[in-house]
Amino acid sequence: MRKQKVKKNHLKVRLIIFATLAAALIICAFFSEHLCPYDPYAQDLSIAKAVPSPEHLLGTDRYGRDMLSRVIAGSKTSIYSTLLLVGFINLFGSAIGILCAWVGSWLDSLLMRISDLFLAFPGLVFALAVAAILGGGVQNAIIALAAISWPKYARVARSQTLAQKETVYLRAARLSGCSTFALITRHIIPNIVGPILVTAMLDIGTMMMELAGLSFLGLGAKPPAAEWGSMMSDTRNLLATHPWVTLAPGFAILISVMIFNLLGDTVRDWLDPENGGR
Amino acid sequence: MMKPVLQAEKLTKIFKSRGREPYTAVADVSFSLFPGEKLAIIGESGSGKTTVVNMITRLLDPTEGKIFLEGEEITAKKGRQLKETYKKLQMVFQSPVESFDPRRTLGDGIAESLINNGMGRQDARQEAIRLLGLCNLAPEYADRYPGEVSGGQCQRAAIARAIAINPRVLILDEATSALDVTVQEDILKLLTELKDKLDMSYLFICHDIALVQNFCDRVLVMYQGRIVEEGIPDEVIRNPKEEYTRNLIASVL
Amino acid sequence: MMRNENYEAGAANDMNSRDRILKDKKNNREILCYEQVDICYGEKQIIRDCSFSVQSGEILGIVGESGSGKSTLIRAAMGLLGNTGVVTRGDIWYQGKDLPDLSEKEMRKLCGPELAYIFQEAGSSFCPIRTILDQMYESVKEHQKTTKAQVRDQAEELLSRFGFQDPGRILKSYPFELSGGMKQRVGIAAAMLLNPKVLFADEPTSALDVTTQKQVVEEMLMVRETFGTSILLVTHNIGVVRATADQMLVLKDGKRVEYGATGDILENPQSEYTKKLLSAVPVLRR
Repeated sequence: MRKQKVKKNHLKVRLIIFATLAAALIICAFFSEHLCPYDPYAQDLSIAKAVPSPEHLLGTDRYGRDMLSRVIAGSKTSIYSTLLLVGFINLFGSAIGILCAWVGSWLDSLLMRISDLFLAFPGLVFALAVAAILGGGVQNAIIALAAISWPKYARVARSQTLAQKETVYLRAARLSGCSTFALITRHIIPNIVGPILVTAMLDIGTMMMELAGLSFLGLGAKPPAAEWGSMMSDTRNLLATHPWVTLAPGFAILISVMIFNLLGDTVRDWLDPENGGR
Repeated sequence: MMKPVLQAEKLTKIFKSRGREPYTAVADVSFSLFPGEKLAIIGESGSGKTTVVNMITRLLDPTEGKIFLEGEEITAKKGRQLKETYKKLQMVFQSPVESFDPRRTLGDGIAESLINNGMGRQDARQEAIRLLGLCNLAPEYADRYPGEVSGGQCQRAAIARAIAINPRVLILDEATSALDVTVQEDILKLLTELKDKLDMSYLFICHDIALVQNFCDRVLVMYQGRIVEEGIPDEVIRNPKEEYTRNLIASVL
Repeated sequence: MMRNENYEAGAANDMNSRDRILKDKKNNREILCYEQVDICYGEKQIIRDCSFSVQSGEILGIVGESGSGKSTLIRAAMGLLGNTGVVTRGDIWYQGKDLPDLSEKEMRKLCGPELAYIFQEAGSSFCPIRTILDQMYESVKEHQKTTKAQVRDQAEELLSRFGFQDPGRILKSYPFELSGGMKQRVGIAAAMLLNPKVLFADEPTSALDVTTQKQVVEEMLMVRETFGTSILLVTHNIGVVRATADQMLVLKDGKRVEYGATGDILENPQSEYTKKLLSAVPVLRR
């Protein structure tokens, strides 16, 4: 017998692990109010800047607010804004992309040039400008990031749709008497949703970072609101003396971004036809 | 004389693209397909036979010429009007697996055209299973995905889909070329049975002249966008008039 | 009178048999030998217990329908089974070397000057942005010291021997400037530049029109005649096998169903499967 050089595939295990972790994160964010051991906004100067201890696992910030509670409370803002943002640009961008690919001609050219316009600016700088014009606040930060991110989805959806448009089965469906609407909703969308979903999954991490970045610069969530980016910005001058106050939200970002990125990678591998994925 | 069920009149297709010479893919192609007939169009790659099919199925607009289906002109039909046309004109493709949506079952694919033509979901499924049976496939194939069946089985399902709404004309675009010879034989047998049962006419697009001789009533030989020869296969093969046809026949191993 | 005739007939017979023996002796140089080969892709067994041998200068047609494992069989010899494919049992002998056991480096040395492989679409194995000559030169340079001018002369001679009208123009062309059949024929010529002993051809005519198919078939016969190359020709087209192969092997579900002289099998198939296969082939009644 010659040796087998076949690698075992742990894909399914990986998928389950990361999906569970991501789900846990989202559920945790949803029930954040009930999970906080203390009121994340209650100030108590008597225990300000406390070192991590059994009572305050991550210590307290300079107003004596419990860091663990604040990190948990912040998850709601950070994770939900990100998901909302990614969901929105995903739908909007894909709709534009499908429209472009389907209609073609001048509409395609027009919308694609507009998307080029948005892509031509360096992303975060443009978001900064938009956020600065609209003023601070999580909502405006989301709008700013949405403005710079939708073209990517439009491009993915457009190229995918163009590829699907040429397929034999779409022609067969047309011969079966399908209307344009039916062709798009019943055949095109189910077949392009995979790659778009993967793009979205891989984007969650990036968007979370950028959203936190805007907040850090004071253009997103405003203190005292619990948001990881603004929490880091708020406490950054304590980094040298009381590092836990800054590092706690930092690690929260790091871990969430990693979970979503790894999930995105795994989903991509899973949908890869070479793995027989469907 | 019988009225042709499908008629092409001086079809011409010229592809124009910027910065290039206009390319004449099809020139002056006229033919009639009569009820119950198996008419073959034979030609090699680039002969324009696919372009002819694309014009008949209204995927492409002819540059010139007219197409009639049961006496009605369909040359300029668009969008929703074509639904009526497709009730009479169906097609089986070369690549059976690719002709089904990879994410939907074969049964769904067959039922789709029935539903689009006004049948209820439950009835359509029953009918799809009946049609599969007609094409010698067991009912469980209705729940299979195209990637899970062999090419021959998938082509049977594609035929079931094409005959679902009782078309008058079935275009078979290299429908057996991608299949193994033993499977090809079965499919041709099935097609012969169905034609008599359902009273259809076949437009058989093919590059295999031996197959055409065994299967078709009449053959058109296409070369460089034109029909160079027309006749009963046996006669064309024994007594080819054109240089090209002679060369084609001599090349068969 | 009678005696004389008999005598002459006997002499002719003698001549014939002596010739045959001589020819056999000359030909009885086994160049490639598959011995009880099993091939698996992952858990799935594709080839079961397949044995056959190829003499030098012989054309072996390997026939089978899709999924029979016919391409896998010849890919195994070239180590082209990919990451998951393995020869799990048996040997493939080439001049005293067991091909599946060779290291990648040893294999690379053999590929080109000893063993060559032609894909179904030789056109796609050419790099689209470089001329045919550049690519020929590249592949020859890998294995022997040469100059571009030498390769050009050699290639021009070869192409004109294969009946190309204007070899110089072809060598200067980019792949997209040639038709599918032309690319396939140039691909075969390119493989022959290194004068390999064995040529593996995987469905070389399947993507071609009948008129070009015939040219490719003729070119392969010419290759054998000119260089004495052994050819393993994988195809589903019985006509191509009839026109080229000395020996043929019928494969079904990874198993050898029939193996022998092409004429014998086509005239008088033994197994049920071969009979069914042959009767399904549409024959042109001229």
